Amino acid sequence: MIPAPFAYARPTTIDEALQAVAAGGEDVKILAGGQSLIPVMRLRLAAPETVVDLNKIAELRGVREEGDAIVIGAMTTHSDVIGDPLIARYAPLIAEATETVADRQVRHRGTFGGALAHADPAGDLPAVALALDAEFVLAGLAGRRTVPAAEFFVDYLTTALEEGELLVEIRVPKHEGWGTHYEKFNRVAQAWSIVAVAAVVRREGGRIAEAKIGLTNMGPTPLRAAGVEAALSGVEATREAVAAAAGHAAENTSPSSDLNAQADYRQHLVQVLTRRAVTAAAGL
Amino acid sequence: MSQINVRVDGASYTDDVEPRTLLVHYLREQLGKVGTVVGCDTSNCGACTVHLDGEAVKSCTVFAVQADGCEVTTIEGIGADGALHPMQKAFHEMHGLQCGFCTPGMIMASIDLVNDNPDPTEDEVREGIEGNLCRCTGYQNIVRAVQQAAGEMHGRSAGATETLGAQS
Ligand SMILES: Cc1cc2nc3c(=O)[nH]c(=O)nc-3n(C[C@H](O)[C@H](O)[C@H](O)COP(=O)(O)OP(=O)(O)OC[C@H]3O[C@@H](n4cnc5c(N)ncnc54)[C@H](O)[C@@H]3O)c2cc1C
Ligand code: FES
Ligand code: FES
Repeated sequence: MIPAPFAYARPTTIDEALQAVAAGGEDVKILAGGQSLIPVMRLRLAAPETVVDLNKIAELRGVREEGDAIVIGAMTTHSDVIGDPLIARYAPLIAEATETVADRQVRHRGTFGGALAHADPAGDLPAVALALDAEFVLAGLAGRRTVPAAEFFVDYLTTALEEGELLVEIRVPKHEGWGTHYEKFNRVAQAWSIVAVAAVVRREGGRIAEAKIGLTNMGPTPLRAAGVEAALSGVEATREAVAAAAGHAAENTSPSSDLNAQADYRQHLVQVLTRRAVTAAAGL
Repeated sequence: MSQINVRVDGASYTDDVEPRTLLVHYLREQLGKVGTVVGCDTSNCGACTVHLDGEAVKSCTVFAVQADGCEVTTIEGIGADGALHPMQKAFHEMHGLQCGFCTPGMIMASIDLVNDNPDPTEDEVREGIEGNLCRCTGYQNIVRAVQQAAGEMHGRSAGATETLGAQS
């Protein structure tokens, strides 16, 4: 199908984009890679009055280093994320998870910021951002504010972005010396996660000093597996200890039941995938 | 209406389009380039794949206005002077198609893959074309075709890949 008519704006700076969003009327949509928005518009599930396209805003693209963090521009495409040397060095988990997103055509257009702003519970990057304690920089006409990942994801397809605000960049603390792994379970012809687990683990000698575990599709928002994190803190780095800790992965989750899986199956799966993810991240 | 300037398959066009016009509809209906087809409403099938500034994209999931100032290559623009592109030739020789509906998209995605990875393994080919669905072939001969074309595009002999005659 063809989307309903809309007015189109293509700003070249963040300020122009904020003005265009403010001037766009009742129902304005921001267009990033369009790989979620255009399908929804084709099905007429969205029919915005104005579309503000961010693709010509150069300042929203690319990755830079800033002290103990790397800063990823919201419009950096999935393919650029996969090939980026700073991400490879300081947050390879992001590249590893992004490689599992969709297919090469979608990765050429889809963006890091778009995937986070869309906040689909089955999307891979929200749980990764949460596990890495990323911070989200949001710009509005009144200025900028920074929101931690734990507060950015509010509900199903809902984030802390207020009307008229743009996600401009994502700050990811450098994780040098940490082991990381993204373990995903999906159908072959559909890359969306049925369940996936992002594991970020720091070892000190024979022990696991600290672990941060993000869960994909185990509720309306991405979750941290607090029970697993507590159980791993300070334990001896053995496969047995990891398996025991992974038994906590379903605690406080509320996954949905759909065509792919029932909720109880997801709660079983998340324990299996957590064991695999942590085992790999801890190098066991 | 918005005015766009695009190069498609080597020719320049200046046209007025509605912002909601999808690139695939612009190509088919305004330029008559019906080699690029639409197979779904959900951005899943990849039948509409073209190259936008050298990268494979699903032309049903890009607005025509977004191609303003860009170079688009479709299945109609890859052969030189009436000769088939090595990827087209390999699909033909290896029986990489049956009904042919997925073929334009398969070929455009496969060329993009081989541009990035000159010698893909069987698994890498399967991963590389995961955004393209085929209802007919079972993919086996598509994978063989991509591997044969990769060899030819990068100056290796076809001897490394099994030929159809040898496997049947
Ligand atoms: C066939 C297919 C398979 C896919 N498989 C997967 C998968 O396996 N895993 C996965 O994680 N994703 C998958 N996706 C989704 C893909 O990752 C999208 O690219 C992503 O969800 C949205 O990013 P986008 O840049 O395309 O955003 P868009 O579609 O342009 O925007 C998405 C939403 O976010 C808003 N938005 C975008 N950018 C901003 C911003 N900077 N500030 C404020 N709001 C903004 C938009 O207004 C819109 O509501 C798939 C998509 C397709 C079509
Ligand atoms: S027509 Fe199916 S992906 Fe474009
Ligand atoms: S040959 Fe018929 S869909 Fe692929």
